[in-house]
Amino acid sequence: MKRVPLLLACFSLAWPAVAEQPAECLVAQHQVEQLMPLPRVSAALAAKKLDVLVVGAGSSNLPGPNGARAAYPARLQKALTESLPGVAVKVATDVNAHRTAMEMVKTLAKPLSETKPALMVWQTGTTDAMQAVDQDQFARALDQGINIAHSAGADVILVNAQYSPRTESIIALSIYADIMRWVALQHNIPLFDRFEIMKVWADLGTFDLTGAANKLDIAIRVHNCIGWLLADLVNEAVKQGGPQVEGAKPGGGN
Amino acid sequence: MAPVSTERDLRLDLFRGLALWLIFLDHIPSNAVSWVTIRNYGFSDATEIFVFISGYTAAFVYGRAMDQHGFVVSSARVLKRAWQIYIAHVFLFAIYLAEIAYVAHSFDNPLYTEEMGMLDFMKEPDITILQALLLKFKPVNMDVLPLYIVLLAWFPPVLWLLRRAPSTALIASAAFYSLTWWFDWNIPAYPKGVWLFNPFAWQMLFVFGAWCALGGAQRLSRWIDSPIVITLAVLYLGFAFFITLGWYIPRLAALVPHVVNEIIYPIDKTNLDVLRILHFLSLAVITVWFVPRDWPALRSPVFWPAVVCGQHSLETFCLGVFLSFAGHFVFTEISNGLPMQIAVSLAGIGVMVGAAALVSWYRGVERRGPGPRPPAATPSYAGGAP
Repeated sequence: MKRVPLLLACFSLAWPAVAEQPAECLVAQHQVEQLMPLPRVSAALAAKKLDVLVVGAGSSNLPGPNGARAAYPARLQKALTESLPGVAVKVATDVNAHRTAMEMVKTLAKPLSETKPALMVWQTGTTDAMQAVDQDQFARALDQGINIAHSAGADVILVNAQYSPRTESIIALSIYADIMRWVALQHNIPLFDRFEIMKVWADLGTFDLTGAANKLDIAIRVHNCIGWLLADLVNEAVKQGGPQVEGAKPGGGN
Repeated sequence: MAPVSTERDLRLDLFRGLALWLIFLDHIPSNAVSWVTIRNYGFSDATEIFVFISGYTAAFVYGRAMDQHGFVVSSARVLKRAWQIYIAHVFLFAIYLAEIAYVAHSFDNPLYTEEMGMLDFMKEPDITILQALLLKFKPVNMDVLPLYIVLLAWFPPVLWLLRRAPSTALIASAAFYSLTWWFDWNIPAYPKGVWLFNPFAWQMLFVFGAWCALGGAQRLSRWIDSPIVITLAVLYLGFAFFITLGWYIPRLAALVPHVVNEIIYPIDKTNLDVLRILHFLSLAVITVWFVPRDWPALRSPVFWPAVVCGQHSLETFCLGVFLSFAGHFVFTEISNGLPMQIAVSLAGIGVMVGAAALVSWYRGVERRGPGPRPPAATPSYAGGAP
């Protein structure tokens, strides 16, 4: 843990400080390096209005009556609102537990047409790995979902599985994680590497993810950080490509 | 066609032993030491090495048995070996059940409600266990042995053909591989999907290994030694290294032309992608170039630990799977700091070497025991340990 302040010092030089992002999140910020553009988001920012749709399964939510408010989609809305002054940010969700990528694709049209987002954050891969879904079918589902989102006018960010130390030896995530990486490269879209980010936190002791006990407070902090880092990814990607947009990023150049 | 040499090629044992170590390191989740394994530097991994060498040794050992005892007896021996591997697989499944039951009753974290769904199958153990016995339900990291069982089960007719018409057998195997890709053949798995290692595709590497053992390697030697082939192999390994690095360093991935991404992905492990085969062959060409068959160091004590593991591959493999479960248990229950990861990795390899040495010693004792015994029937090392 002694390394954390040092890391923070490095990051605070490289990254303009964002209001309210907890220091513990930034420990993993080097995992958010991103070079793929988000042209539709850039255009939306120029129009000062950003609608986001989060499509996901169980790990995009938290249990309990306040689960949705503490989960990362809601935190993403807060983080984007703060880092994009003057832009009206709205994050909607299409989150249901235990869904494979293909199951999400089948019901994708409705939330897309209802919310008309400029950005779709798509969390998937866990259920497919648990059910050992055919890999070709998984890759095809990702292709289809990305194409549907693109033709509905939304950029896509893929979010891979959580790092879950206790179930690691019973869920084979790696092949599905690889497929998500490759599909993202093929489509030139960003991948939010939630797995590696959470692994950094676990390795550095930022969050205790191994604990067997029912600790909601850690889960809430983890989701908060994921929301903030996702917002960082959006800002990074906008900065990388497409038309330069005012207000996409507070502060000066890199 | 008879085996070209009666002397067992120690390089096979060495590299099979190394492959078993790499498989063990890769099987411990989130093990930093697994960064040394080849899958992080290219398209293929230790599975290719293991399957190829297993094909090679199977042809070497059972080919000789076919010479001495005929088709029926040697086929019975092959099937007996397949049965042993099946028993080993069921044994590993029992350990897996114990592990998952432990996770199920000791874990309640709100962050992982989705992942906990994996434990649902404990609600209907009757179906799950039956599916596991049918080799349809295969837990994480337990896909290699079922592949090996299927490959051995149909090996007798393949070996018969290989000895009569090696080229025909190899072409038939490649044709089967192509048809598998064309028609999407695979074996269904439980609860969904198909086998992670498609035996219809992976058989080609096994048969190719067998073909090499029965004289193919000599026929290829002219090509393997040519500077052009070696140059191509080096270039391809460099290309694969660069692409693989890009998976972890986005800045490098951005340098790869988009059209290359369109062509190479997905790199299909299930169906043994051509990119993976080429990567394995390139590695093999370079290895054979650097390590000649009669290299004296092969008999040196430095390589003995890997050689002895490679000579008792089934025992070592099963122990490795068990040890990777145990290593993961240590990580979650005690510590997963880097010193612990290194300690667990080294200790695991040490246990594998110790066990292989024990098996080796016991086999020697048995062979020297009273009464006449048939010559070594199992793929054990017949020439005496160095």
